[in-house]
Amino acid sequence: MLTKRIIACLDIAEGRVKKGTNFENLRDAGDPVELGKMYSEQGVDELVFLDIMATIEKRDTFLDLVGRVAKEINIPFAVGGGVRAIDDIRNLLKAGADKISIGSAAITNPDLVSRASQEFGSQCIVISVDPKREGNSWKIYIKGGRERTNIDAIEFCLDMERRGAGELLVNSLDRDGTKRGYDIELLRAISQVTNLPIIASSGAGKKEDFLEVLTETDVSAVLAASLFHYQEIKIGDLKEYLKSNNISIRI
Amino acid sequence: MTREQKICYPALKENYNMIAIIKYNAGNVASVANALLRFGFECEITDDPEKILTADKVIFPGQGRARPAVKDLKRKGLDVIIKKIKNPFLGICLGMQLLLPFSEEDQTECLEILEGRVKLFPNDERIPQIGWNEIIPTKDCQLFVDIQNPIYTYFVNSYYVDTEEKNILATYEYGKTKAAAIIKKNNFYGTQFHPEKSGGIGLKILENFLKL
Repeated sequence: MLTKRIIACLDIAEGRVKKGTNFENLRDAGDPVELGKMYSEQGVDELVFLDIMATIEKRDTFLDLVGRVAKEINIPFAVGGGVRAIDDIRNLLKAGADKISIGSAAITNPDLVSRASQEFGSQCIVISVDPKREGNSWKIYIKGGRERTNIDAIEFCLDMERRGAGELLVNSLDRDGTKRGYDIELLRAISQVTNLPIIASSGAGKKEDFLEVLTETDVSAVLAASLFHYQEIKIGDLKEYLKSNNISIRI
Repeated sequence: MTREQKICYPALKENYNMIAIIKYNAGNVASVANALLRFGFECEITDDPEKILTADKVIFPGQGRARPAVKDLKRKGLDVIIKKIKNPFLGICLGMQLLLPFSEEDQTECLEILEGRVKLFPNDERIPQIGWNEIIPTKDCQLFVDIQNPIYTYFVNSYYVDTEEKNILATYEYGKTKAAAIIKKNNFYGTQFHPEKSGGIGLKILENFLKL
């Protein structure tokens, strides 16, 4: 039976983990490779490395990092941030990334998704969306949630599926950073219309939030960032908790 | 120097026990090479028929689509070469599926090394299957030495291998579908999952293969 995935997301700026972490057992808690390795040892199922600065000048720093991660960590990992062109995707895959997360560019240039899935295969194309609620529907935002578009989130996810995306990473601007739990209604609405695997993101604050989204919706994976970095929840404890609540989990 | 070349370790002397990773347009060759390097096995990523035929072990990784992969193999003459390999051979993911006679992906004629068919998962499941699934060994095999149950490995696939039971070493279930996780015929092995991405257990399975 396929297990539900627990994914840790690391925000990277200039090759370093953005915020300080309080892992005492790490020589260098700001080193994404060290942190990734530790998560991997704790049993995380997958990692995401997001280049949050993503300037062209700093591109090589990020590529070098991706190469180091690929050499030292043997669980799957996705990378994203500033992916705009086929060449960006090719370079990141060559450096050893398993999947590429495409954000704003999927909205401003949806043909990129069609071309990328044709050229590299659907399995490595993850679409990251930032929906925000408006009445009974959700609109897509771009540029890290700063700019509203008129695009309906559900319609957009269906379009991405048609274009060959392999997976949807669904954030929620209503829940991001609130620790009030995942956006169940949004995730349910998207998972009911698409057949793609969905990664739930934004809003996790406690173990129960993970259990709720995995029980109430048909998402395939749950993602969190600072919650894991600050060890508010340990990955091993979370997995034990979910398993004891009859969620299919790899221990 | 490209990133790929950096991790190539060419044969240093004639009797060198070389592991060949087949180079074609559907590989995640770097991941496999990285995994082997991690426990000290050196390898060469190559499409040279001579090197592939004389290698001690051959690994055939795969990620991508069946039709362009077969087309590229044929263009390089590797479809014929692969069938002549006598040493242990491991096809991974698409590399395993290409060992069958036919794939429903793009309706593609494949290598026909063992019987069966590559089929699309029924659409009441999320496609592709992505994630860690438990594999259940169905026969004793060297690949499972020093590995304890439960065995979770990482899968990414929209298509699955349907083959005769005699060819199957382990199975997995995705929704209502029960499929081959590991297959074997003579010296040809295949894993639907990615051992190079399956943590410590995956590395152990790879290591056991290299010790065959």
